[in-house]
Parts: sequence; C-alpha cells; structure tokens
Amino acid sequence: MSTQSTDPPHVRLGLFLRDNPMIPLLIFLFLLIAALEVMRPGIVIPIRAGRDGLISTFWVGNLVKFAIPLAMLAACQVLTMLTAGIDLSVGVVATVAAFVCATLSSIWGATPAVLIALSTGVVVGLVNGFGVGIVRVHPLIMTLGTGLVATGCLQVYQRMVINAGTEIPGGLEWLGIGRTFGMPNGLFLFIPFAIFILWLMRYTGFGRILFALGSNERAASLSGVRAWHVYLALYVLSGVIAALAGLLYLGMIRQTSLSLANPLLLPSVAAAVIGGTSIFGGRGSYAGAIIGALILRVLDTMLTLMQMPEGARTALFGLIILAVTALYVRITGTR
Amino acid sequence: MSAFVRKHGWTLGLALLLLALTVVTRLIQPTFGVNGFESLARAALPFAFATAGMAVVVIVGGIDLSVASMMAVTGVLAAVLMERMAGVPALVIVLAAGLVMGLINGALIVLTRVPDIVVTLAMLFVWEGTALLILETPGGATADWLEASIRGFFPVEGIPKALLIIGGAIGVVWLPIRRSKLGLSIYATGSDERAAFRSGVAVGRTKIAAYGLCGLFCAMGGLSLAALTGIGEPVPGPYLLASVAAVVLGGVVLGGGKGGLLGPLIAVFILRIIRTILTLMAIDPNVTTIVEGTIMVAVVMLGTWATTRGARR
Repeated sequence: MSTQSTDPPHVRLGLFLRDNPMIPLLIFLFLLIAALEVMRPGIVIPIRAGRDGLISTFWVGNLVKFAIPLAMLAACQVLTMLTAGIDLSVGVVATVAAFVCATLSSIWGATPAVLIALSTGVVVGLVNGFGVGIVRVHPLIMTLGTGLVATGCLQVYQRMVINAGTEIPGGLEWLGIGRTFGMPNGLFLFIPFAIFILWLMRYTGFGRILFALGSNERAASLSGVRAWHVYLALYVLSGVIAALAGLLYLGMIRQTSLSLANPLLLPSVAAAVIGGTSIFGGRGSYAGAIIGALILRVLDTMLTLMQMPEGARTALFGLIILAVTALYVRITGTR
Repeated sequence: MSAFVRKHGWTLGLALLLLALTVVTRLIQPTFGVNGFESLARAALPFAFATAGMAVVVIVGGIDLSVASMMAVTGVLAAVLMERMAGVPALVIVLAAGLVMGLINGALIVLTRVPDIVVTLAMLFVWEGTALLILETPGGATADWLEASIRGFFPVEGIPKALLIIGGAIGVVWLPIRRSKLGLSIYATGSDERAAFRSGVAVGRTKIAAYGLCGLFCAMGGLSLAALTGIGEPVPGPYLLASVAAVVLGGVVLGGGKGGLLGPLIAVFILRIIRTILTLMAIDPNVTTIVEGTIMVAVVMLGTWATTRGARR
C-alpha cells in the first residue's frame, strides 16, 4: 500500500493499464470501428445505409476471417516475447509450409502433405531453439538467419517441383473460405487453438516457466529450470504454430507464391506489442494479441479506404510498434 | 613487433585467411586475376559500407537492424534525384539524408529509452516504407559517371577503384573521428556505459553521433548499390545479416567497446570470396544462398559462443 500511495498518478495509471490491458484495447477497437462507420456509413451498421440488419455479419465475418492467421502468428510472437525473444522466421515458415503442402498434395495426397508441411515448422523451430537456447545467439538475429536460409531452401525446392503443379487440400479450402452462420470456418481451428494457448500460458508449468525466464532468467535457472530445454520446446512450438497459420492462409488465399505469408510478419509483431506483450519479456497476454490483430485489421481497412499507399502502411506499422513500446517504457517506468 | 601481433592478431589471422582463400580461388580457376578481383571488389562495395556502419554502432554498444532499409532509401533517393538534377548536389543530398536517418535512429533510442534492437526493428519498417513511398517499383536512373567511378582500375592496373573508394571513404570519415575525442567516447560508451557517463562522457550524444555515422555509411552503401545496378531498388537487400556476420567475424564484440573497422572489412571480402568460390565450383546459385546463409548463421553462433565463454571467465 505504501508504495502505491507514493507513486505519481500517471505511474499508477500505467500499472493499472499494465495489469488490465484488455480494457483500453477494447475501447480503442470500438473507437476505431466507430471511426470506420463514420468514414463509410453503412459498412458496419447496414441499417444506416438503408439495408437490412443491425450489424453486418458479412463485414464482421470478413474482419474475423482475415484476423485469424494474423492472430495465430501473433501467438508465436507472444510466446517467444515472454522469454524476451522474438521469432522473425514465422512469415517464412508459414510460406514454406503453404508451398510445400500445395505442391505435395498433388503428388501424395492431402494428409501426408499437411504432415510434411507441419514438420518443416518443426525443423526450423529446432534450429532456432538450438541457436537461441544452446549457443545463446540473440533470438532476433538467429530467427532472421534461419528465415533467410529457409527462403533459400524454398527456392531450391521450387525448382525441383516446378512441373508437379499445385493443389489445395479441400479441408483447408473449407477452413479458409467456408462460412457457417456468416462466420468464417477458420474459427473451428482458431477457437480451440486460442483456448489451448491461453491454457498453456495460464495453467501449465511450461507457461509459468516462460514468464519466469523472461522476468529473470538467472533466478529461473537457479530455481532449477533448464533453460535450453524450454527454449528448444518454445521455438519448435512457435514453428509449428507458424506452419499451421501458413496452411490456413493457403486455404484462404488459394494460390501459392514464394512470399505468400511474408507480409504478415511485421503485423504479427505489432499485434503482440499492441496487445500488451512486452518485447523485453515476462509480461504478455494472448487475449490482448487477438484484440491487437483485430485492431490492425480495422486499421488496415481504414488505410485502404483512405487509399494510402503500401509504403505508408509499412512505415505506419513500424511507428505504431515504436510508439506503443515507448509509451509502455514511459508510463510504467520499467523496461 | 610481438605487441603489434598480439594487438592485431585477429585481423592478421583474417588477412591470412583471405590470402589462403584467394589462393584456393586461383587453384580452382587459374584465370582468376586482376579482373576477377575487380568484380569481386565491386560486388563487395555495398556489403562493405553496410558492415562499416554496423561496426560503428556495435562498437558503441548498440545494433542497427535498419541498415538494409536505410540503404534502400538512399539508393532510390539517388536514382530519383539523379534523373532530375545534377549529379553532385544529388550526391550531397543523399549523403545528408543518410546522416539524418541515422541521427533520427540514435535520437529515438536515446529519447525513448527503448533498447536499440527494438527501436531499429521498428525503424527498419519505417525506412522500408519510406523507400516504397519514394519509388514504388524499381526505376529511376543513375548518372553515368557514378557507374564509371566504381568500374575499372585506378591509378594503376591491379588496384580496383571500388577498393580505393572503400579505403578512401573509411579513411576520410572514420580515421579522424577515431583519433578525436568522439572516437574515444564511442569506445568508452561501448565498453561500459555507466563508467563512461561517470567520467564525463556525454553518452547520449555519443550514441546519436555513432548512429549518424552508421546512417552516413549506409548512404554510401545505397549510392554504391544504385551505381552497381544503375536503378533504384526499393526492396531492401540481404545486407542486415551479412553485415552482422561480417562484424562478428571481423572481431568486433557484440556488446561493444572492442574491435575496429579493418577486421570487419576484411571479413566482408572473405564472405564474398567464399561466394565466388562456390560460383566457380558451378554450384546452383540458389544453393549458394543456402550455403552463404548457413555460414553467416554459423559465424554469428561461433562469435556469440566465444563472447559468452569469455564473459564467464
């Protein structure tokens, strides 16, 4: 109590926001949606434009649909950021998984293709985990490097299978573009996934160890945590999640390219940071990252409506990350 | 003599390695001569400048992830400006733009108190977006003399102009600074920021200056990129990882305070000549990318491993 009463008000507000990041985030999301409705009347609330329906399920469904792969990749960032890391290879891993799946399913069928695609995520994750956990390279540099090598491998692979043609498994297509009651079918994958991540972070020993390693790695090691085991498991998990997101994205976009999911990398970092996950470790929430992904998608719609060029959007995302991080450092006084 | 060897042992070892690799290249391809060396030096130009910039910020204790993006911005800026105006003012504007971008990076790091790696990660995307805003697709044109200035030999056959440019730029920009008070402050800040602050070093200003220098070198890198291709390319190249790898291989410790610019520059040539060897061995260029990436990751791993071992002792 004594420390609380001596803190200046803005620090107390900062601490409150840090403990309850969902409240301002939800307010911000609804403010953005309101702004969007003002910019283009009827887009969210069709009745204002003289059409049927109070809330446009089509618009909400679209918003959710495109936020799902982003939110899945944001899970990779949240989990790795808990240990003061980051995974910059997720975009490439998702692309590789999608490409491998699309090319192999025309040769071997859907199930083996999906399994092999997921195993590419395991391989990249193992290399990342080895570099970060055992050799102790900075995660940022390590994952950047594996991303580069994986891109090279993808190019070689592409030349090998150039005649095979591509085929998108029906199940993925159903997940990607199908709708049930106006909501995208991707939710059938995403809701269990999100519950799993929330459960993992909150109720399991693994989750608690992630928080412990990020808050104070030395203390965690002294308490008997074998850090490299955790890092290895963490980056493999991150790789698998990224591959899964890539498969879902493949079903959504329904075509392959050598840079399919790469543009999702930065927004995934931004979603995690906006959602209140500290890039310095020890603090983070996946629920916040999901809201962060929704916020980014609404922002994206607004920028598209304003006809903002691609470059300005990229620059703006960078500035958002910087501003949010600086704000956290400023109001909480911690790193 | 022995003191000199001990002090510069790592750099000397790198130079010997480079020599050995050159001999290997000669053995594989007996016609590899001055012309091969010239094209090697030319291709190494942007890598060398990215590495020089990265080395300065690593020495001051930071890291700049936005080098490749800053090179993209200055590259497209050069291509756009040179299409419309005289070459020399355009050159000055591009160099000034690089310096300003670096200063902005440094000022944001000092003012926001957010770690270097986060700020420059965010700025990586800001500069990448800026490059796309300046030029949406590859285009523009560079002055003819710019391309001519890095091609061929000067003053005698055997010394590539590109090598002279690297040496000259580093000599004019870095050597006077290293000898000055600022150079001392940079090394002091890098080896122990708190101790430097207590001894009266203006730590914040030193950091900003170091990042400004990095930006300046990146502008030179962007210019050489534009000169090599003749156009502006808004998508950043693979210079970030390459420069980190060369800096680590060159004996600059991640964490700051140790090393110089000569080692990393030799390391750049080592990495480039490995690529040449792989090409001469008729290996698929895509496989070359994989091998190169693996070597860079391995170098960074070894460097980090050596640093953590040294710290534990």
